[in-house]
Amino acid sequence: MIEPSSDRPAELARTAIVHGRWTGYRRLLVARLKELFREPEVIFWIFLFPILLALGLGIAFRNKPPDAVRIVIAAQPGSQRIADLLRRAPEAQSLKVEVQPPAQAALNFRLGKFDVELLPQPAAVVEFVYDPARPESVLARSLADHALQAAAGTTPQVPILSRVNSEPGSRYIDFLIPGLLGMNLMGSGMWGIGFALVEMRQRKLLKRYVATPMRRTDFLLALATSRLILMMTEIVLMLGFGVVAFHMRVVGSWTAIVLVCGLGALCFAALGLLTASRAQKIETASGIMNVVMMPMWIFSGIFFSYERFPAAVLPLIRLLPLTALNDALRAIILEGSSLSSQAAPLGVICVWGTVSFFFAVRFFRWT
Amino acid sequence: MIHRLLVAGLARTPTHFMPDQAVIRCRDLRKTYEGKVEAVRGIDLTIYAGQCYGLLGPNGAGKTTTIEILEGLLHETSGTVEILGRTWRENPAELRESIGVSLQETRLAEKLTVRETLELFGGFYRKARPANDVLAELALTEKADAWVGKLSGGQKQRLAIATALVGYPRILFLDEPTTGLDPQSRRQVWDIVRRFQSEGGTVLLTTHYMDEAERLCDYISIVDHGRVIAAGTPPELISGVGGHHHVEFALDSEIPAAPALWRSLPGVAAVQTDDAVTALTVEEPHRTIPALLALVEQNGWRLSQLTTRQSSLEDVFVNLTGRHLREE
Repeated sequence: MIEPSSDRPAELARTAIVHGRWTGYRRLLVARLKELFREPEVIFWIFLFPILLALGLGIAFRNKPPDAVRIVIAAQPGSQRIADLLRRAPEAQSLKVEVQPPAQAALNFRLGKFDVELLPQPAAVVEFVYDPARPESVLARSLADHALQAAAGTTPQVPILSRVNSEPGSRYIDFLIPGLLGMNLMGSGMWGIGFALVEMRQRKLLKRYVATPMRRTDFLLALATSRLILMMTEIVLMLGFGVVAFHMRVVGSWTAIVLVCGLGALCFAALGLLTASRAQKIETASGIMNVVMMPMWIFSGIFFSYERFPAAVLPLIRLLPLTALNDALRAIILEGSSLSSQAAPLGVICVWGTVSFFFAVRFFRWT
Repeated sequence: MIHRLLVAGLARTPTHFMPDQAVIRCRDLRKTYEGKVEAVRGIDLTIYAGQCYGLLGPNGAGKTTTIEILEGLLHETSGTVEILGRTWRENPAELRESIGVSLQETRLAEKLTVRETLELFGGFYRKARPANDVLAELALTEKADAWVGKLSGGQKQRLAIATALVGYPRILFLDEPTTGLDPQSRRQVWDIVRRFQSEGGTVLLTTHYMDEAERLCDYISIVDHGRVIAAGTPPELISGVGGHHHVEFALDSEIPAAPALWRSLPGVAAVQTDDAVTALTVEEPHRTIPALLALVEQNGWRLSQLTTRQSSLEDVFVNLTGRHLREE
């Protein structure tokens, strides 16, 4: 009997490089990372796109000073008195008042250039023309009413104090950034793992790998590790961007954030592995992934709170892995919650990840 | 112990192999896909240490299925397979360390360099050859730092073979190693195979090029419809047919309307040109060759090459099946 793996010609064996247990894993990981960073699209979709999205939405929904209420007064007898009253009112700086001929005033109100139209009537009566379907018109009507009464010397029955609060933490951008981070972890996990695998299968590279002594567990481990490394970059970029550009306040501990992100990244990597476990073509895999991710883009509260959906479906929405990840991230980043208080969403993530991984490995097609 | 010495001795006595050293043996190999398609229907092979063994047959004959079962990538439906005296079921890890595989059409990662690719594959083996050695042997040193995506077809194929050679294989499996390559790249691949064989390695390759099988292989099994329809050394197989001869020659100048001219020579049945070489299929060389020489003389042309050869494996295949190997 011939001994396999012995008796190589002596002159060859002399130059042999002897490899340790983990050489294959290390080389797979390094190759994976090099391939990723040599792919410009990857850099754009994983790193640049979410930041551009955050920047765009952050600017659109930034906390700006309230717009002045625009009031037009029809030029009739008595209109000057109304204009004078409004200019003397305590809230005069947030009122923009103009006097225009009646026909033009009516037209400009209809075109939305003014929020409310004031028509002086006999006996010092002021008629308000407003549109209840336009929130700014309703606001303008009530503000103009209050300004007139106050300027005329009416004292309120209930004394009121007001205080301004627009602290970081309660703004839309604060809500948005953890959601975008969650969405990013889902997208790069599913695309990053799923696409890479289907492409390798299509190229018969997976088959070529299993024709070598490569350990299949090393291969999967290298994929998972590459995801975790990329995830760290994603966290630093997203949260760093929020902190620098929008003065976002990260209340929770960074360790907890990294742990939750790691769990989420692995969960979505497993889901990516599952969606790519059989597909032979990129097109098929891409379709499957969109079907899997679509409900989460809609329901999982990336851009707005999922509590707006009917109460009956909320328990189901909370069972989606991205909902769980977003909830846990928001609780930790914005409220400083502890890991243990997030046991429920973290449990949901773990179950999704474990079940997906189990089925993925079971059905996985190497050839 | 004696066997070990014999195998080591092979390194110094190229092209000789020990008839009792079967490194691959399969008996009554069958493969049925999804209970319907019978790709392989009872193939027996015995491949000896140091041999270059060819599976020759048309596309769809079952060559790839057979070689992938022997490589341990597919499971046979029935039959037995022994590689180096082991089975895939019992010693998969050990066998993987001892063989090198080049699949039909693997597209390696495009954005890794040649050296990175080779080091990646080398890393899978307990013992690997230094990447630089393999690159030098396969004439890829110049391309070591180029991305795989930028290589020519021939260079990609040499790299694919390099990834198969990096782990000191005892057996090299090559599935259609030269399909789609230009003639020069094909010859480079043949040289690589010969060098591996001369160092004591065993080669199993599939091909549908009969010239490749004829020039490269010590022993050939002709496969058709999942069965071996003929087996033997190339001379044995060809002497089984008899009949046709081939006259191949090259001229050092271009001749206009050459094929029609050659066809008009006495006894010429067919004309083929490959590169600068023209090949005439003739019944009686002793009538055709003098006429050819006279024609060349008359026109003042100069022959740079003139050879005759007997029928090829193609004729063997046509004789056995009534079809051509390559229907193109």
